[in-house]
Amino acid sequence: MFEILRRELMADESVVLNEISAPLVAEKAQPGQFVILRANETGERIPLTLAETNPTRGTITIIYQVVGKSTALFKSMKVGEKFMDVIGPLGRPTDIEKLDGEVVCVGGGTGVAVLYPITKAFKDAGNNVTSVIGARSKDLVMLEDRMGSASDELHVCTDDGTYGHHGFVTDKLKEVLDTKDVRLVIAIGPVPMMKFCCQITAEYNVKTLVSLNTIMVDGTGMCGSCRITVGKETKFACVDGPEFDGHQVDFNELSARLQAYVPQEKQSHEKYQCECQSS
Amino acid sequence: MTEEKKKKEQIPRQEMPEQEPNVRNKNFDEVPLGLSPELAQKEAQRCLQCKKPACIQGCPVGIDIPGFIAHIRDGEFTKAIRKIWEKNSLPAVCGRVCPQEDQCEGECILGKKDKPVAIGHLERFAADYERLYGSGELPPQAEPTGKKVAVVGSGPAGLTVAGDLILQGHEVTVFEAFHKGGGVLVYGIPEFRLPKEIVASELHYLERLGVKFEYDVVVGKTLDVDELFSQGFDAAFIGVGAGLPTFLNLPGENLVGIYSANEYLTRANLMKAYLFPEYDTPLMPGKNVVVIGAGNVAMDSARTALRMGAEKVRIVYRRSEAEMPARVDEIHHAEEEGIEFYLLTNPVRFLSDDQGKVIGMRCMQMELGEPDESGRRRPQPVEGSEFTLDCDLAVVAVGAGANPVLTQNTKGMELTKRGYVVADPKTGKTKKPGVWAGGDIVTGQATVILAAGAGRLASNSIQDYLTIGW
Ligand SMILES: Cc1cc2nc3c(=O)[nH]c(=O)nc-3n(C[C@H](O)[C@H](O)[C@H](O)COP(=O)(O)OP(=O)(O)OC[C@H]3O[C@@H](n4cnc5c(N)ncnc54)[C@H](O)[C@@H]3O)c2cc1C
Ligand SMILES: Cc1cc2nc3c(=O)[nH]c(=O)nc-3n(C[C@H](O)[C@H](O)[C@H](O)COP(=O)(O)OP(=O)(O)OC[C@H]3O[C@@H](n4cnc5c(N)ncnc54)[C@H](O)[C@@H]3O)c2cc1C
Ligand code: SF4
Ligand code: SF4
Ligand code: FES
Repeated sequence: MFEILRRELMADESVVLNEISAPLVAEKAQPGQFVILRANETGERIPLTLAETNPTRGTITIIYQVVGKSTALFKSMKVGEKFMDVIGPLGRPTDIEKLDGEVVCVGGGTGVAVLYPITKAFKDAGNNVTSVIGARSKDLVMLEDRMGSASDELHVCTDDGTYGHHGFVTDKLKEVLDTKDVRLVIAIGPVPMMKFCCQITAEYNVKTLVSLNTIMVDGTGMCGSCRITVGKETKFACVDGPEFDGHQVDFNELSARLQAYVPQEKQSHEKYQCECQSS
Repeated sequence: MTEEKKKKEQIPRQEMPEQEPNVRNKNFDEVPLGLSPELAQKEAQRCLQCKKPACIQGCPVGIDIPGFIAHIRDGEFTKAIRKIWEKNSLPAVCGRVCPQEDQCEGECILGKKDKPVAIGHLERFAADYERLYGSGELPPQAEPTGKKVAVVGSGPAGLTVAGDLILQGHEVTVFEAFHKGGGVLVYGIPEFRLPKEIVASELHYLERLGVKFEYDVVVGKTLDVDELFSQGFDAAFIGVGAGLPTFLNLPGENLVGIYSANEYLTRANLMKAYLFPEYDTPLMPGKNVVVIGAGNVAMDSARTALRMGAEKVRIVYRRSEAEMPARVDEIHHAEEEGIEFYLLTNPVRFLSDDQGKVIGMRCMQMELGEPDESGRRRPQPVEGSEFTLDCDLAVVAVGAGANPVLTQNTKGMELTKRGYVVADPKTGKTKKPGVWAGGDIVTGQATVILAAGAGRLASNSIQDYLTIGW
């Protein structure tokens, strides 16, 4: 079980796609849900969104950015190797409905991987979908083809102007809000990006969903690691989310909580890099 | 009084050797070291072999205590463990973690005048001796019946059901959400109190009997209870425990550096954060730690923090010493290891630095007022008594609730207002045909032996169902 059947590198090799055999998860998964994976006996439990699922083949697809030890370890795994654990599908599925107005999907960085299945589901439900995706530069733009086919209109932005619109996704979002009758915005990406998107959509009074990448352990509501304040109430991202009404989320708290293990993450990653070099 | 009885009364209770407090508070090795056969036999001689043994009344599963103790006394250690197994399939665990002072030993007649027989220590001895030196011979198993039973959750309740029914010839599969089996025994109770190799050996024993373990299956998400039946299972037992952390709902509780005990202990035990960076899961280091609560969970968190390198660890509890729910041994061990107790103290809010990290806890002094529903005197705040406890890490250990992941996704099972499963106390039957439940998901967080006892009642009832009918 949990064998890697396909492996692709994307976005300047900083992002990896794995298609993994996990029939029970593939059977049940819905857009917006995630899995928790563990590479080996000493590994951490890492949450990643289900970018695609194929119930007939019994496979799931994850797309992840290499940021630290655990994702670097995942990247080192070849086709034919196995994850020790894959647990899911976890979290609440996205509420997909047909809206009488534009649905705008905004993604930054690997947030695009999380955004893609949701975009596709809204499109499949008959919605008019405009998508805006962004990256630091051309090489890092992700899933442009897939997002293109899941949207009626796609805008690509780069921070350095090497491709598409020169500037942030928020610029384009504003443009779309000015020109279209938008019912719903879904914004997924780095915390500052989601925060600014929400500030803008609040001015336009447009409902906005965000997906929160909190730190998790079990993913089943048992530990409270993923807790976050939404509308003055504490919620658990793994069972109450990961999607929440962006206008209610305390993003400053989220940022602080994501920093909790920075020294240990650094130590762990450096140790891993040393070991990789020496072997 | 007979000569023999007098002689027995002259033997003092044999103390179990322990690691020195100042050594053990820096390592994760087990604290009490176990009895040698000589000490065990000597302790066993103290038992008066009462005609009407009060101790048995105190054991929730009714182990024949004088029976197994007589075997130890006679050096018949294999017979002793077989006697215990008749009623309890997890003696190595229960001997270590039962609140004996409230149960078997609390009733022992010797305790009236002197110290009670060390029943827990003797039970542990018999189990450890068997694990280390026993033949490993498996008990006889009934002919295969072709019936299939699904057990959801691998805590003491689920493991008991699995062990009982596999011996009756049924096929048993245990579905567990985590990647390891044992429930609280692996994710909650620390290594220094219950070495994980003991839990692993219990699981291995069940595997040898033919029990199948399916890890990484969250029932209610990966599979539903109804699907278990469509997959061909004839009966299901739900033993998913009380896996929902309780928070205090105080301002600042989501600051960085504040953990639920569930998270703190899961990282430390199941994920082996104490071996970081050999293991990848980290735990925030705290120099100055406060733990809120005074149950076993709080003691375990406090003693773990000490072993993770804390210089100062304080237990903050709103009632007084007499109400502390932890086992006396654990409170005693915690004190010996240098943990400070702030009793009649209640947190009111947490203080933060400009990075969103906890730096202190505002507290109120409490006094005891009139008794409340639980019969314990209700703590009330003393006006104007607010003060600050500095801390860089806080662990909230004030109880657990019912996790809704399974129950919300299962039709036809009656739940209490607080989300626990309603089950017949004599049989464990739920309102859903073919489904039994037991352990913490029925009673709320209780004890290992109560969960195992509930498992035993349910397995008897499941056996009847599979052979006679609902
Ligand atoms: C529901 C959910 C879905 C996610 N989906 C995706 C996805 O599809 N693609 C993707 O690239 N990333 C996704 N993430 C984020 C991903 O889990 C983290 O990038 C990963 O855990 C980092 O681990 P690491 O050891 O490589 O890095 P580390 O060195 O441990 O951490 C680097 C940074 O990642 C964050 N982080 C650390 N541990 C965790 C953790 N257990 N959970 C979440 N964040 C953490 C912290 O902000 C940290 O500073 C998702 C997170 C959640 C909660
Ligand atoms: C830190 C701590 C210390 C304790 N100390 C003591 C002590 O000293 N003495 C004592 O007697 N008792 C103690 N207890 C209490 C005791 O451990 C519990 O009462 C007992 O473990 C309950 O057993 P159980 O089988 O009902 O559930 P648990 O042990 O909680 O096991 C439930 C299992 O079900 C799994 N599960 C949950 N949901 C699902 C799902 N949807 N699908 C699949 N699997 C699922 C869980 O992952 C878990 O493995 C302590 C508890 C804690 C937390
Ligand atoms: S199971 Fe617990 S209560 Fe019963 S005899 Fe053993 S230690 Fe005592
Ligand atoms: S009550 Fe005490 S002395 Fe009497 S049989 Fe039980 S353990 Fe022995
Ligand atoms: S990850 Fe543990 S409660 Fe959400």
